[in-house]
Amino acid sequence: MTTVKTKLDRRSFIRSSALAGGGLLLTFSWLAPACTTDSPKQLTMPDEWYELNGFLKIGNNGAVTIMSPNPEIGQNVKTSMPMIVADELDIDWKFVMVEQAPLNTDIFTRQLAGGSQSIRQGWNGLRMAGATARRMLREAAAHEWKVPVDEITTEAGVLYHTGSGKEAGYGEMASAAAELTVPEEVELKDIKDFTIIGTSRKNVDGPKIVTGKPLFGLDYKAEGMVIAMIEHPPAFGMKLKSFDATEAKAMPGIIDVFAIKTYNDDYEWQWSDVTSFTELVAVVGKSTWEVMNAKLMLNVEWEPIADDNAQGVPVGKENTTDHYKKMEEAAANSSRERRRDGNPEEAFKNAAKVIERTYTAPFQAHNPMEPMNFFADVKDDFAQLAGPTQTPEFMENTVAARLGLPLEKVDVQMTRMGGGFGRRLYGHFMVEAAVISQKVKAPVKLIYSREDDMSYGIYRPAYHALYRAALDADNNLIGFHVRMGGIPDSPLHANRFPAGSVDNYLAESFSVDTNISTGAFRAPGSNFNAVAEQSFLDEVAEAAGKDPIQFRLDLLKRAQENPVGSNNDYDAARYAGVLEQVREKSGWDTNSEGKSRGVAAYFCHNSYVANVVDIANKDGEPVIEKVYASVDCGIVVNPDAAVNMTEGSIVDGIGHAMYSGLTFSEGQPEQNNFDMYRLIRHGEAPKEIEVHFVENNIDPTGLGEPPYPPVMGALANALYKANGERYYHQPFVKNSIG
Amino acid sequence: MAVFNLNINGKQHEVDVDPSTPMLWVLRDHLDLVGTKFGCGIAQCGACTILVNGLATRSCITFVDSVGDKEITTIEGLSENGDHPLQKAWIEEDVPQCGYCQSGQIMNAAGLLNANPSPSDEEIEMAMHGNICRCGTYTRIKKAIKAAANS
Repeated sequence: MTTVKTKLDRRSFIRSSALAGGGLLLTFSWLAPACTTDSPKQLTMPDEWYELNGFLKIGNNGAVTIMSPNPEIGQNVKTSMPMIVADELDIDWKFVMVEQAPLNTDIFTRQLAGGSQSIRQGWNGLRMAGATARRMLREAAAHEWKVPVDEITTEAGVLYHTGSGKEAGYGEMASAAAELTVPEEVELKDIKDFTIIGTSRKNVDGPKIVTGKPLFGLDYKAEGMVIAMIEHPPAFGMKLKSFDATEAKAMPGIIDVFAIKTYNDDYEWQWSDVTSFTELVAVVGKSTWEVMNAKLMLNVEWEPIADDNAQGVPVGKENTTDHYKKMEEAAANSSRERRRDGNPEEAFKNAAKVIERTYTAPFQAHNPMEPMNFFADVKDDFAQLAGPTQTPEFMENTVAARLGLPLEKVDVQMTRMGGGFGRRLYGHFMVEAAVISQKVKAPVKLIYSREDDMSYGIYRPAYHALYRAALDADNNLIGFHVRMGGIPDSPLHANRFPAGSVDNYLAESFSVDTNISTGAFRAPGSNFNAVAEQSFLDEVAEAAGKDPIQFRLDLLKRAQENPVGSNNDYDAARYAGVLEQVREKSGWDTNSEGKSRGVAAYFCHNSYVANVVDIANKDGEPVIEKVYASVDCGIVVNPDAAVNMTEGSIVDGIGHAMYSGLTFSEGQPEQNNFDMYRLIRHGEAPKEIEVHFVENNIDPTGLGEPPYPPVMGALANALYKANGERYYHQPFVKNSIG
Repeated sequence: MAVFNLNINGKQHEVDVDPSTPMLWVLRDHLDLVGTKFGCGIAQCGACTILVNGLATRSCITFVDSVGDKEITTIEGLSENGDHPLQKAWIEEDVPQCGYCQSGQIMNAAGLLNANPSPSDEEIEMAMHGNICRCGTYTRIKKAIKAAANS
């Protein structure tokens, strides 16, 4: 039996109060650390993360409402997080209502969707909340029935006392429970007793989605609301010089046209702010179509940004061809060592065989299907915002600073997000909406067109990697060297596999400056590492005459039994576990005859995933027949949703590796809509996807990102088997539109 | 500006808009039918799909003055209680992730099933080619369409 503390030192993770109209309200810290009696020191998060930000309500009619604290972006946390609370509470799932928690009340803070961390960080706090409510209901019943609390059992929302034959629904005891003091310690269920966790529950918003109910930011509407769009510089490295709005203003339905500044001059930037286009022209009108038409009539002059611009953005208009050259030069001249084991130079000198390969990948636009948008209603003393954001709290700070309002006078409501993939971590559009609303003194919905969205991106950086491997005369891997960089950041994870499995290892990184705005994109860094590294290891295994799975397993065995170095940031046994499972499930050793198959495995965001991809040739074109996935993300909270997330990641990974890339000419993105920027479509998805999970009792880790990177490597390796060609440069399909 | 009488989801609606306004914005801005989504504005993503006389149509390039008295069906009017076979299949297969593209996917699938009640895998892929799902739920969409076709 695991016991968790509900408070530590003077800090409480949970608070109870009576619900207006009768019932129990618990507010809790869904990010409460693992304060088990076994490990009371396991505290690694900053203080403010312990604030009470979760919410559980039991009405005296027995209705249970659980607020899902994290933004819903399609990762299904709005269903899976409440499932965790409901299981510990021991309530029938069909009686649970799930609501999206708002931001910026007294009780909700630190809400962020990113890094596949929602479930991992929420696990303990959510369990504690459910267990605390159940404990308090049992105490209330014990008090009422005058029996020892230990004799009270629960099942599916009903309290029982076997001895006296008494029973009561949770609702009947909820008001009495609200009078009790929160216990300092509560028992959690044994994993084997879970009744909801580990069972598939359907998306709580499913019925609304399939009937077209307003759920998304773009669907938001308020009384007196006007529509705004922005015109941004056509190229990175440019800024607003002047504009003539005469014609645009004369267009029907247009209310105003003006320039806005996104940030004050003395503003201190935070990580979620964007510095590329800080002065824009805003067009405000009565309807979207009228604003779109007026935007076409704008006459704007743009000019190069100044050398000494306040943001320190590099000047110049960049080109894709130069980008690749610059990365090659930087790789050769300015790489910095990040990890060294043994004597790699000596190993390469003594090698019987050296394999050296270079991999590249382009900038990519996030392209969530719902373009950037936000609602803002800014009054003199209060601002209300609503819309799709992955970082409501960070952006609330930025908005408050820009409007000159105290933080508590800015309210941000989260809507469901029509995808994010990292793009909505950067909420400049929230500030823009607020500034426009402040100027026109009306509620405003700011809408980006697809062209705005794609050409004012916070792109996945462009990447470049050089890999070298040294084999001895017996085909043992004796040296490994990776030199990896990007524009503007290196994606290198120096302490990941194969670090720890090779005696002589060298990892280096480099970076190249740019004025193109970049940021996190689904599985940052890993989304390139996995394909480059796993393609390379496939070639090394081939050169060594070894089976690609066995080759990896041998290295992982070394890392497990006798690791090189001490700071390897992966668990070699779990890594090997997914490879072994995918080998078995795909029939790798027994059923590969006549198939063009490739394998890859990767670890990121605390979870492990391995894939086998099978390709067939149909009329000379490769068709992806089947993808196998083996996933180790610890306990699987909502299995069918986890399968869905894995399937989607596989389709997404294949699509981006095969087709998607953004190129620049004179600082201008050369693709700005789906006629030129290619995304994977129905017929290009695998015909079948088979997902398996490694069963264990390890606390759950995230799934929004980990299944995305490895499939790209498995795909490249399968394509090689199908057509004899290795794929070093993304996108693999060169006749992509644009 | 001009007045148009539109037959939408079995009801008459009057709007006073510029004749060049796409149906997408007539529905969203003027009639508060926001189930029809804006994705690209150039008929490349399918998020805005509606039925015009039963035919799957991209509302972002369908101008209001071209509609006349044709029957328009949006996701809100596909069924009265969200129980069209496709909607039921979508729930059963738990298709959506972010959910944004799904009303367009469903409407396009409805157009497909109107024309071809039992499509093959290949016919589904071809008919659905114009509908992008950025979350990658294609395999589930296909399963749901087949389930609806068989029901």
